[in-house]
Amino acid sequence: MPAQSIWTLLSWGPDGWSDDIASGVLVTIVLALATLPIGLTIGFFVAFAKQSQEPSLRLAANIYTTVFRGLPELVTLFLFFFGMPLLLQYLVRLFNPDATVDVNSFIAGMIVLSLIFSSYASEVFLSAFRAIPKGQYEGGYAIGLAKWQTMRLVILPQLLRIAFPGLENCWLSLLKDTSLVSVVNLAETLRNAGVAARVTKHSFLFYSVAALVFLVLAILSSIATGYILRSLGRREAR
Amino acid sequence: MSVSQAIAVDRPPPQARGWPRARIVGYALVGVWILFGLGIVAYLVHAWNAEFFARYAPAYLQGLGTTLSLVAISMVTGAILSLPVAYGRMSKNRILSALAYCYVYFFRGTPLLVQTYLVYYGVGSFRPELETVGLWWFFREAFYCGVFAFSLNTAAYQAEILRGAIESVPRGQWEGAASLGLHKLQTLRKVIMPQAIVVALRPYGNELILMIKASAIVAIITVYDLMGNAKLAYARSFDIQAYIWVAIVYLVLVEILRHGVEWIERRITIHLKR
Repeated sequence: MPAQSIWTLLSWGPDGWSDDIASGVLVTIVLALATLPIGLTIGFFVAFAKQSQEPSLRLAANIYTTVFRGLPELVTLFLFFFGMPLLLQYLVRLFNPDATVDVNSFIAGMIVLSLIFSSYASEVFLSAFRAIPKGQYEGGYAIGLAKWQTMRLVILPQLLRIAFPGLENCWLSLLKDTSLVSVVNLAETLRNAGVAARVTKHSFLFYSVAALVFLVLAILSSIATGYILRSLGRREAR
Repeated sequence: MSVSQAIAVDRPPPQARGWPRARIVGYALVGVWILFGLGIVAYLVHAWNAEFFARYAPAYLQGLGTTLSLVAISMVTGAILSLPVAYGRMSKNRILSALAYCYVYFFRGTPLLVQTYLVYYGVGSFRPELETVGLWWFFREAFYCGVFAFSLNTAAYQAEILRGAIESVPRGQWEGAASLGLHKLQTLRKVIMPQAIVVALRPYGNELILMIKASAIVAIITVYDLMGNAKLAYARSFDIQAYIWVAIVYLVLVEILRHGVEWIERRITIHLKR
């Protein structure tokens, strides 16, 4: 193979690797975006449980965050990726003795990232809950809203506004954590860059490209969140 | 208003009795956790394998040592490296502060895994050049590469912690010290730092915990730390308890550190309590 120039390597098409890396970037973004709503929902309910008056609910929520914030992301990922098929297989074989279960690395990554993201997001939501004065709940009840309606119409809009900067940090670390899923062979940015590095022996080039991709994603997200934050601020009651 | 009424007003709401919905859900969830814990214990008892234990327990202990030394070296090197970065961030010189900002943005904006790969595989691919400079022995070892990447990474985070802590001290403290005739370094050491440390302790503790968790990454570049030994044990035995044990060790380690930091924080903020 003749020595290829850097520009051929980075071109789009059969000789270059840009298209492979671009498809990896797409997987990274889809993974992060698919995790976000699940993580936010779980995180909200965990925070809701943590600020509840019921001690057993608080205990359950605290165990959740202690476990998933205490375990290294990689250990959680491996436990799920290798452990879940075993567990599922055990359960499925109770009904169908010949079944085999395979866990998709995208799904495993999504579950693990949701667990981690939600345990961090719950802390953000919790401090937002604490920042909302009790009078807001009482005001809601006083005008005849039910508990659920008060939560949805009065508390949640304020909660999101308070929690937003913290959630932005969670989102950025989620974006970075997606790179870990490359370890279980999901063809995302880092994985594809790694393949390119191994094939072409230009490791430094391709890992720099991967780093650049994550940097650009971080910059794009901060532009987007800045925009959202401004529009949230405009709607704030004065 | 009579005294008895005033007391009645301040009393907390009565505990809910019976079985409100929150309590049912709470008991159910705690029950799920208990079942989950019992399940893991039952599995570990069921899968108890004296041979596995005798073979891998020493390796795990050795791995724990590797993990702890990696984190300790990186934290200390990172702390030293963070001083010029924090200085740059706070400096009024445009170029200096832009440089420091870029450094911090790069290391906080990209995944640690990418940085580690960039050092181990990326820099390592310049073997002839490194050999002429005489640095090949350093970048050949995965452990040193891990330490290198982790130090640079944590330096960026620690610089931000340091900057935040120093800037949290009111400007009047600097001015007061200056009017007493202390020069800048003295002010920093005798006036600012004692106040900044109280603020910085918790973020430093968090950074330490994050580093311990992140150090599992070096297992991927073939360092036999705690996680690396778990990977090896799993690859040889296909026994999921390899990962369960390592998860327990990490969890215990992190919890000890977390409570330790909380204890220290309680001790050093005792004068702020009323």
